[in-house]
Amino acid sequence: MTGFGKPGLPVVVVVALLAVLPTWFHFNGDAFYLDLATRLVILGIAAVSLNLILGYGGLVSFGHAAYLGIGAYCVGIPAHHALYGGLDAIATNSGWFQIPLAVAVSALFALVTGAICLRTKGVHFIMITMAFAQMVYYFFVSIDEYGADDGLVIDTRSELGLIDFDNPLQLYFFCLGSLVVAMALVHMIVNSRFGMVLQGAKGNNDRMVSLGYNTYLYRLVAYVISGAMCGFAGALLGNFTTFISPEMMDWSHSGELMFMVILGGASTAVGPILGSAAFIIIEEVLSRFTIYWHLPFGLMLLAVVLFARGGFSGIIDRLRGRKLLPGEG
Amino acid sequence: MTAILTISGLEKRFGGVLATDHVDLDVVKGECHAIIGPNGAGKSTLIAQLSGTVVPDRGSIRLNGRDITREAAYKRARLGVTRSFQITSLVMPMSVIDNVALAVQAREGHSFKLVRPARSISRIRQEALARLAEVGLAERADAPTVILSHGEHRLMEIAIALASGAELMLLDEPMAGLGPTESARMVELLSRLKSTRTILLVEHDMDAVFALADRISVLVYGRIIATGTPDEIRGNAEVRHAYLGEE
Ligand SMILES: Nc1ncnc2c1ncn2[C@@H]1O[C@H](COP(=O)(O)OP(=O)(O)O)[C@@H](O)[C@H]1O
Ligand SMILES: [Mg+2]
Repeated sequence: MTGFGKPGLPVVVVVALLAVLPTWFHFNGDAFYLDLATRLVILGIAAVSLNLILGYGGLVSFGHAAYLGIGAYCVGIPAHHALYGGLDAIATNSGWFQIPLAVAVSALFALVTGAICLRTKGVHFIMITMAFAQMVYYFFVSIDEYGADDGLVIDTRSELGLIDFDNPLQLYFFCLGSLVVAMALVHMIVNSRFGMVLQGAKGNNDRMVSLGYNTYLYRLVAYVISGAMCGFAGALLGNFTTFISPEMMDWSHSGELMFMVILGGASTAVGPILGSAAFIIIEEVLSRFTIYWHLPFGLMLLAVVLFARGGFSGIIDRLRGRKLLPGEG
Repeated sequence: MTAILTISGLEKRFGGVLATDHVDLDVVKGECHAIIGPNGAGKSTLIAQLSGTVVPDRGSIRLNGRDITREAAYKRARLGVTRSFQITSLVMPMSVIDNVALAVQAREGHSFKLVRPARSISRIRQEALARLAEVGLAERADAPTVILSHGEHRLMEIAIALASGAELMLLDEPMAGLGPTESARMVELLSRLKSTRTILLVEHDMDAVFALADRISVLVYGRIIATGTPDEIRGNAEVRHAYLGEE
């Protein structure tokens, strides 16, 4: 594990590539790749947030897509009322209101559901996190004013002063900057005393309890931080797609986020980004050949889990160990 | 003679098995109190009830006069009780020193501290290293826990108990699975420890028990059939019949 303030080489390389490549494509007139990269980076933030609890906390949340939806609705609903009237208290296009709202509502949802989910373990935890996410799904399906299952068009993107989300490159760099901040935050947290307790509880909960740690509370705090971060990613996603529907919170999307974390290498800094990059690429390539692209995708994930422990990051580490790649080895 | 731990009328039943059968026991401050008994006698179950992972059906446990019978496990640790596990229980993916540092860190109150890197706090690292040195594992500090030998894992358990600063240490078969040289080293370590801590020692190795214990209680089928000094226990006919004779 690298020390605080020293991002590992893979992180630097990946962030540099993300800064350069999409910009190059953008100025060479290919809007498609910037779109892909924006989606990658937003899903990357969501995966980084999930990695905090899944990778470092050992908490297999199968409901993280709910936060993406909550975050996006926190942009869409105020924008909807700003345009059509009603609910004056929240009717606004201001990002200074919408984004903090997305973070706060997500944190609150994580607090309430986490307090219940974290009483359970193993498969029960997986199932109950999924159940809560489905509850949010059905909640939005039932609200006609926000389009029910047809979804809600976000007519106006968040207004954030100097930053113009209608400009794709500005939106992209705002997302990329957010990703770097999210990674730095998670890096700071997992290396702190709090992070040690979180990882200790993943490795051996009984031991941590016998040392005097109320591991439930530590996990709950991590769960809330993770949810808040993912809600932020959701607000960005809403601004990117300018459309939000309950389908975005479907359990299959929660599964995809889990895949990204596991595929990239859980509990590593760069893993979630590699995982979301791989996901975007696989989705693009495979979906050109077949609409049943989830099947080969699942098989690839299985292969990684079975044959390449630690996901892509694990492969990088092993290559370094054999001195095939530069790095601390 | 002040009792640090007072167990009265403790009972625990698992289905048809009465694992703890009306146990009354005092552990006096500063003593090393051994609990011996055949396999399945209920020794680990007793430790589990004291450390809070198993809830007794009946009876009470008092620590320094305070009723802790139903106190959460993590709170008992804060009140000064720590345990080692019969089956090694460490955070395997972490380094040796990180495991011990977590015990030091636990003593400093809550750890909802999210900013400073834990490994840069020299106060905690140095104390953890000192505890590792006490058990002879200083050179292994940075190794991943998982690569250490079984004997080294047992020593780590002791280093962690030391680092936790608990006044009462519940040790569940610290010699389990150790070879003769490792056992001798463990006995030597525990005999140094017992001058500063109160120890409740569950152990099968009779040589170790008679070398370390100030008092011994014999547990058979969940019941304490005798408590006394090592000499008294050795001379007790019922004990010889029920337990020592079978060895
Ligand atoms: N969690 C449990 N569930 C059911 N039975 C148990 C449980 N723990 C212990 N027992 C039973 O209680 C008895 C005492 O076990 P234990 O305390 O482990 O004995 P010892 O440590 O003295 O060998 C045994 O008969 C054991 O099978
Ligand atoms: Mg036992």
